Amino acid sequence: MNFDLSAEMLARIQFAFTVSFHFIFPAFSIGTASYLAVLNGLWLRTRDEAYLRLFEYWKTIFAVTFGMGVVSGIVMSYQFGTNWAQFSDKAGAIVGPLMGYEVLTAFFLEAGFLGIALFGRKRVGDKLHMFAVAMVAIGTLISATWITSANSWMHTPAGYSIDVNGNFVPEDWWQIVFNPSFPYRLTHVVLAAFLTTAFTVGAVGAWHLLRDRKNRMARIMFSMAMWMAFIVTPIQIFVGDLHGLNTLEHQPAKIAAMEGHFETHQGAPLILFGIPYEEEERTKYAIQIPKLGSLILTHHADGEVLGLKEWPKDERPPAVIPFFAFRIMIAIGMAMLVVGLWSGIARLRGKLFESIWLLRAAILMGPSGYVAVLAGWFTTEVGRQPWTVYGVLRTSDSLSPVDAPAVATSLVVFIVVYFFVFGSGAVYLVRLMGRTPSINIQALSFVAPIQTNLRHQRPTSTSSET
Amino acid sequence: MTFDLPSLWAAIIAFSVLSYVVLDGFDLGVGILFPAFRERADRDIMTNSIAPVWDGNETWLVLGGGGLMAVFPVAYATVLPALYLPIILMLIGLVFRGVAFEFRWRTLPGSKFWDNAFWIGSTLAAFMQGITLGALVQGIEIENRSYAGGWWDWLTPFTMITGLAVVIGYAALGATWLNMKTTGKLREKARGLAKPLVFSLLFSIALVSLWTPFIDDQYFDRWFRWPTAFFSALVPLLLASCTYLFWSALKQSNDVIPFFATLGMFVLTFVGLGLSFYPDIVPGALSIHEAAAPESSLKFLLWGAGVCMPMILAYTGYAYWVFRGKVDPEEGYH
Repeated sequence: MNFDLSAEMLARIQFAFTVSFHFIFPAFSIGTASYLAVLNGLWLRTRDEAYLRLFEYWKTIFAVTFGMGVVSGIVMSYQFGTNWAQFSDKAGAIVGPLMGYEVLTAFFLEAGFLGIALFGRKRVGDKLHMFAVAMVAIGTLISATWITSANSWMHTPAGYSIDVNGNFVPEDWWQIVFNPSFPYRLTHVVLAAFLTTAFTVGAVGAWHLLRDRKNRMARIMFSMAMWMAFIVTPIQIFVGDLHGLNTLEHQPAKIAAMEGHFETHQGAPLILFGIPYEEEERTKYAIQIPKLGSLILTHHADGEVLGLKEWPKDERPPAVIPFFAFRIMIAIGMAMLVVGLWSGIARLRGKLFESIWLLRAAILMGPSGYVAVLAGWFTTEVGRQPWTVYGVLRTSDSLSPVDAPAVATSLVVFIVVYFFVFGSGAVYLVRLMGRTPSINIQALSFVAPIQTNLRHQRPTSTSSET
Repeated sequence: MTFDLPSLWAAIIAFSVLSYVVLDGFDLGVGILFPAFRERADRDIMTNSIAPVWDGNETWLVLGGGGLMAVFPVAYATVLPALYLPIILMLIGLVFRGVAFEFRWRTLPGSKFWDNAFWIGSTLAAFMQGITLGALVQGIEIENRSYAGGWWDWLTPFTMITGLAVVIGYAALGATWLNMKTTGKLREKARGLAKPLVFSLLFSIALVSLWTPFIDDQYFDRWFRWPTAFFSALVPLLLASCTYLFWSALKQSNDVIPFFATLGMFVLTFVGLGLSFYPDIVPGALSIHEAAAPESSLKFLLWGAGVCMPMILAYTGYAYWVFRGKVDPEEGYH
């Protein structure tokens, strides 16, 4: 690895840092918005108080997360201009409109209806309130769609030409939006968000079940979360495999880095573990299974898998980060699969809430979704290097005319502020998740509630309504 | 008049920025006014008056930024590096004040930390936005489609004044908003603050207006030569009528008019600035047409804007309508 602290490297670190922090919040809020819509729908249909209370319980947590997502997202919309001005100038005409659509079709929708979803049940009535909750959930999904499209276009650019100034000119918007890697990436990202939420909810449910096996709301949470884990994890693994094959087709160098292959093989082994050495162009200490790599990637035992040496050195992605990040993601995926299946078996035996070890495992898996999505993003984004628009625009030609000290200063500011602000946020979230879910939740609220009567129901902080 | 896409888009971006300024203006203003209200109960009402709408308000800032990148990429790619530090400090300010809405309920009882973060963040964001405006007015050095100036070019006496002016202006919007949304002592105090704030705002507008024509000949020409002089004369006249409206309504203890009169002052100042900039998007350096993205980008996003913006205005308006009226102080802590 190269630890030069050029303006380019600092700007990359800054973008990676701010976007990683940012993505933690949507990874949770995409799934949670849908979960809230389901809970509210169940409450309206069954009029079972438990669902309403669960809605209120997770609503508070959602509000805190959503606020952090909004502010860290505003930062992102300006990162492109401050640090990546050349990219913005050259690719803005393509990436910009996709993000413009995200704002127009998703951000406003979420923000416009969030107030009503959080504070307005009594003001607008059940039906409109349900509509608002659904709009917030749909908004998060639309948002994911556009931003994943923009990101996918940077991996698999299509539908463009390049003008005399070296700028991208959109030619076919259909091809741009539905670029080759988009459908796979979108499905993978959205399922990952659902799983992240499921394992968070599952861990909270399990935590409270360990204290009180009879807690009905904790049971509902845990049961719903484990259904999700049981059903969606296998689907996600299947989709992830398709996504990988798509990457093999369009970005074989990334696959070579992920697999730790420097040499091209006919019948490549699957390297389970090892340490890639870029200077020496080989992966040392490899523990590998012969032929399995080719079998997975090409569906033939002797299929050809390209190694990094096929590319000139200045067109290779870094080998270390994609290699390890990919393995972390896969390991977590397998752990999710195990917990999902385990819960299925326990449920079949009628012991879903009885198995202490299952509950403990579910608690341990609580943060796993966040780690997995970040590892996945690190794999794909570092694997795209040294390009911002794959194969066309180099990262080194994307930078702003900035000096290293300016980028370093802002990076330090972001690191200090983010760890402090979002660290505090994490503490508050854990506290909120520590509240014992109860039908009589009022009495257990962390702060004194603001009382409001029906006629004069006023907006308040979400926390005050719980 | 022919159908001119770049100009149409300039108008849409200008509308987004204006929407941002007046909407987030009042909710940042509420934050700026926090130090004047020390009671926890008052502060709860103040934040509750904006809690359901603030992130919708800030979405206009994202549309301004994202939209600029989409349709005027080179403007986005030159203005942001030129204003590197102010933009990043503004974002930091917005981070602190944005999370404070929820966090201030979560800290240990009695802790003022997130209350302080709320007003400091709001003030910092407002000040940096004012600096950004001032820096745009005084001009940005561009060569070969990229920023060619230094890192501290934005730091001048003029931008300090515009920074201060925006803080004062937002505070004035915040005070008149509270006059509209609250009752009792809190409202009386806000009403008392509104008067000096609005007059300081008018003084700042006058100061900046007198200063601006001497920064660049273009502004001087534009402002004092026929036929544009007609408009530059019209803006102060309309400002005077807003002031009269504000003054008489405030004296009669009207709830609503002072806020909208202050809003009017913002709109007029903004229109005045727009007229001074046109047809440039970065004054003196880039025209709207030079900076425009390829036609296919402008058209593609125009479909979205044409369909979505009326809907956005409708449901945003609805959200404001749902939460209309006074925040009731009698319904505080129990």
